[in-house]
Amino acid sequence: MTRSRARVGPQSTKAAPRLDVDGLLDDPSVGIIVCCGSGGVGKTTISAALGLRAAERGRRVVVLTIDPARRLAQSMGIAELDNTPRPVAGIDTTHGGSLDAMMLDMKRTFDEVVESQASPEKAQQILDNTFYQALSSSFAGTQEYMAMEKLGQIHRDARVGEPDGTYDLIVVDTPPSRSALDFLDAPERLSSFLDGRFIRLLLTPARGPARLMTAGFSMITGALTKVLGATFLRDVQTFVGAIDTLFGGFRLRAQQTFRLLQADGTAFIVVAAPEPDALREAAYFVERLSEDGMPLAGLVVNRAATAHSSNLSAEEAAAAAGRLTKDPDSKDPGSLAAGLLRLYADRSRLVEREAGLRARFAAAHPEVPTAVVPALAGDVHDLVDLRRVGVLLGGQDGDTVVETG
Amino acid sequence: MAGSPDFPKARLHVVTGKGGTGKSTVAAALALALATHGKNVLLCEVEGRQGIARMFDVDPLPYAERRVATGLPAADGARGGVVHALHIDPESALMEYLSMYYKLGRAGRALDRFGVVEFATTIAPGVRDVLLTGKVYEATQRNARNKGAIEYDAVVLDAPPTGRIAQFLGVNSELSGLAKVGPVKSQADKVMRLLTSDQTVVHLVTVLEEMPVQETVDGIADLRTHGLPVGGVVVNLVRPRELGDKALTAVRKGKVDTAAVTADLKRAGLDADDALVDGLLAEARDHAERRALEDEQHAVVAGLDVPTYELPRLTAGIDLGALYELAGMLRDQGMA
Repeated sequence: MTRSRARVGPQSTKAAPRLDVDGLLDDPSVGIIVCCGSGGVGKTTISAALGLRAAERGRRVVVLTIDPARRLAQSMGIAELDNTPRPVAGIDTTHGGSLDAMMLDMKRTFDEVVESQASPEKAQQILDNTFYQALSSSFAGTQEYMAMEKLGQIHRDARVGEPDGTYDLIVVDTPPSRSALDFLDAPERLSSFLDGRFIRLLLTPARGPARLMTAGFSMITGALTKVLGATFLRDVQTFVGAIDTLFGGFRLRAQQTFRLLQADGTAFIVVAAPEPDALREAAYFVERLSEDGMPLAGLVVNRAATAHSSNLSAEEAAAAAGRLTKDPDSKDPGSLAAGLLRLYADRSRLVEREAGLRARFAAAHPEVPTAVVPALAGDVHDLVDLRRVGVLLGGQDGDTVVETG
Repeated sequence: MAGSPDFPKARLHVVTGKGGTGKSTVAAALALALATHGKNVLLCEVEGRQGIARMFDVDPLPYAERRVATGLPAADGARGGVVHALHIDPESALMEYLSMYYKLGRAGRALDRFGVVEFATTIAPGVRDVLLTGKVYEATQRNARNKGAIEYDAVVLDAPPTGRIAQFLGVNSELSGLAKVGPVKSQADKVMRLLTSDQTVVHLVTVLEEMPVQETVDGIADLRTHGLPVGGVVVNLVRPRELGDKALTAVRKGKVDTAAVTADLKRAGLDADDALVDGLLAEARDHAERRALEDEQHAVVAGLDVPTYELPRLTAGIDLGALYELAGMLRDQGMA
């Protein structure tokens, strides 16, 4: 598919190895695929397309998405995605696969954790706490914790990897975090919080024994009261006191999920757009995953510009357009031919620029297998479009579109 | 006052947009444009990405206001003002806030030692947003507590993405509801008063594709629900307009006069064989298809009843020169 063009200097590196998407989807030992990357790169679409393709190749798949984009739900023929996996109709089941999809509802997930872990009375007390209600529904950060919680939950319930399990592949679309890494850091942060002195501090008045009140503690409590106001602090303390027992189980499961992500049955796919910022984020992600011992499958460069192959270079096209426009004999200086040439020049430059950016990424991370998905002209509307993205991911596009560069 | 033609009262310009639409670029260009005529502008970022430092080609920004550029010169050649930049991180914002308002002294350091600062800035959901918006408020409404600080004519905030913006800006009303009385409540109320006043405008950056446009429509509704003032919509990365409507129609219908095109190409000195003409037309068909989709989305944006601005996609990418170019376009269109 790629036509090589000799490069010198830092870009002379060979192209990155190709990411074998179908090989990955067909590998029965892979039970979880996590798609990550910065916002706006098409992570959710890629997750759905991977899920669909895997299902139509015979896997029993559930796609866990975080993005509440209604259009994607509609593209899978589901009016509204909710916290329970729903079967996707209209997929090709001739290879014995199936596809379910669900969207993370962080409040519902949090509520379920509370309800399943606490006595009904205590659960109600927590659910009624105003601080809890704000925390579980509208504050940023909760989403990452809940995504981990839900992933672990589905994995346990589905008994992934067992012959009679509900699913044998979970595809996860990670939350659109400020930093996509928040997802991975959630369990660690929770643990450090629970082991930290601050939680003990918050719990101290609730538990009573005044002998624990060291000078430092009382100074802190004083400072907090001054800043937060006594009522607010008391509300928070009541909440932390009530949920303290839940946190323990919560942390345990988050750690289990973290280990699950490190295990061989998991594959991370980093999604990026062929733009400097997205690729920089992707590079950071790749490095971070390898530091954490997370199994990285490869990089998907989504929505790459394509050009129809021709022997004409961008410069030649632009120069020819310039000659046409300046031609004193021309009756029509803004002629169609000149427009076509300028369009072609612009397109070729874009394709060349993107190829250069990819080559730089490959030079810095030569070991990362890469799949390039050409941009579709329109948005993804239905299963047909998702299937098309899947075909492009699989790298078997029969189209005439050829990548230059 | 740093009034811009379209937003004469605005002092705080919040710029949001779906990921990948170029909101940071637009925020930077807007800051340059607002700094025309000797005005002082502060450009803030809150997402820890050091995007400003990269765009303006300076060292990574500390938690301090640094001069990064001179504003766009006025049309009459008058020198531009100064653009300062500030990278707001929640830890520093918290410590600064505590020392500015509470004089906690040793207790402040103890807070750090006991992990309270870490808890507040990384674990406790929402607190980050309170601290970040709080600092933006402080920079916009300078008071006597921050001695010797620069007073800005305008502040531009490179804000979190559209999907999170109402939540981010509204965090203080959430907090104000939680803390019924006390200093936290009064501070939260003050921030909310600024953010919901006509001194604030929230601009949304989009590209002409379905999902980002839909998100913009939803974002505007969301902002209005929260009582947050909607500014303009900046349509970014607009495709080149090399072909007029007539040409596009001809391309779409396959009714291009190929003989004339071939003749023109030959006149331009090109070896115009069928392969070349077919290649150019195939490219044009793709372009026409995308343009049709853009036009549909353009109609949606036009129907939004907010001022809209357009910026082209610059094939060569974004560097400092490009930022000035974009700034000029925003000013010509009345945004600054």
